[in-house]
Amino acid sequence: MRKILEKLDRVDRRVIYLLMALSVFVPLSLRLSYPIPVGEGPSRDLFDAIEAMPSGSVVLVSYDYDPSTMPELQPMAVALTQHMFTRGHRIIAMALWPQGASLSQEAMTAVGDSLGKAQYDDWVNLGYTVGAGVSIVRMGSSIRAVFPQDRDGFPYDSIPLLTRVQSLRDIDLVISLSAGDPGIHAWVMMAGDRFGLPVGGGCTAVSAPEFYTYLGTGQMLGLLGGLKGAADYETMVREGRENAPAGLATPGMAAQSIAHLVIMAFIIIGNISYLVIHKRRKGAPK
Amino acid sequence: MRLFLPLVVTFVCGIVMILHFFIPHRPISTIGDGLTDWYMIVASAAIFLGAANLVQVHVHRINTKARNWQYSPVVLIGFLAMMAAGLVWGVEESLPFDYMFQTMVVPMGATMFSLLAFFVASAAFRAFRASNWRATLLLASAFIVMLGRVPIGGMIWKQIPVISEWMMQVPNMAGQRAVMIGAALGVVATSLRMIFGIERSYLGGAD
Repeated sequence: MRKILEKLDRVDRRVIYLLMALSVFVPLSLRLSYPIPVGEGPSRDLFDAIEAMPSGSVVLVSYDYDPSTMPELQPMAVALTQHMFTRGHRIIAMALWPQGASLSQEAMTAVGDSLGKAQYDDWVNLGYTVGAGVSIVRMGSSIRAVFPQDRDGFPYDSIPLLTRVQSLRDIDLVISLSAGDPGIHAWVMMAGDRFGLPVGGGCTAVSAPEFYTYLGTGQMLGLLGGLKGAADYETMVREGRENAPAGLATPGMAAQSIAHLVIMAFIIIGNISYLVIHKRRKGAPK
Repeated sequence: MRLFLPLVVTFVCGIVMILHFFIPHRPISTIGDGLTDWYMIVASAAIFLGAANLVQVHVHRINTKARNWQYSPVVLIGFLAMMAAGLVWGVEESLPFDYMFQTMVVPMGATMFSLLAFFVASAAFRAFRASNWRATLLLASAFIVMLGRVPIGGMIWKQIPVISEWMMQVPNMAGQRAVMIGAALGVVATSLRMIFGIERSYLGGAD
């Protein structure tokens, strides 16, 4: 037994990589699916806040991420956009990360086209801006000053959706989908605390713990944390809607479940071998 | 003069922006808005500097045949191709820039981040050890949160997601608040030191 544990302790990292790859690949290939019960929590809070807004509300969604974190954040963007469009809200997309501008265009076009929403009337993509928190402060007095034209070069003043939107005070809700800095912190500090806007957000699972402080103080309405948050939101969006399109995050939860179990198994095996070998070394004569 | 001018600019801009926060009325608001516009212009210029620096560094690596220089032509070709596509045809959908972004940049970026799972698994196996009671506590917390964040946790025991959420909302939040308050105090102190010219390291060694 001890020899087996010693061998396990020295296992080649490629074996770990292989098992990890299989734990993701097999559930996705077999299309395993687990039910996703959504209880009380930050995901539900964000959903309820959007649900409670009157139809026609203007929501600013900031795509503060790039393709590296897209697998976690893009499903959130799609599910949020589906929800807001079905509730009749209008969306202004923008990005504090350069590559977020293209990712927002992809999400807005795909969902907008599927639900018959028109660019410039129901949604607009303002594109990327430099300056992060400083840009948000400037948007507090004039959004046009930061975005004189949209991503495609269309002048701000000729966009019907923006005729009554002059500054952040004309926005009903801000949602930042954030993979780091600049992102949720900047929106909470500048748009939320300074201009009194309600702020919601979505982030990678690894950064979710740091934003719980904002939830506790009420500085954020709700938060989608990682793929779990996205899957929660997809589940809520699909509740009571028979023909709702399948989400991107829900199928990934089975793979993530197995992957977590595999990592935990590695940790347990590592600890057993550590304890056995350590105990033997401790008891060995000097 | 080399020292005096940047210190004066920092002092004036810092004081104006503080006043801009507390007095959102003219003339302070107008001056503050002007400064934020200038900040965005300077930040935009920094992007060009960054691009120029990228080219300079990689051309130098190729010229000197530095270690792993073979990757530098790939960087330069990718950079120039994306830039040319954006400048010539624009960035709208279905155009070359968007095509390259969707079919190359997106999958490559996602691949890089996905590699993290393999390193996490390997590192957890080799380093996550219950060597003392604190590490054991951390290990137990990690197990509960890991199970609570996936559907299978609730299938094992319905209370696991509840306990996981409690851990995020109570002990985690307490710790995060301490970190955040500490960091915020540090930012305030450092900012004041910079505004009043006590902290000068940002001037790049001029003293």
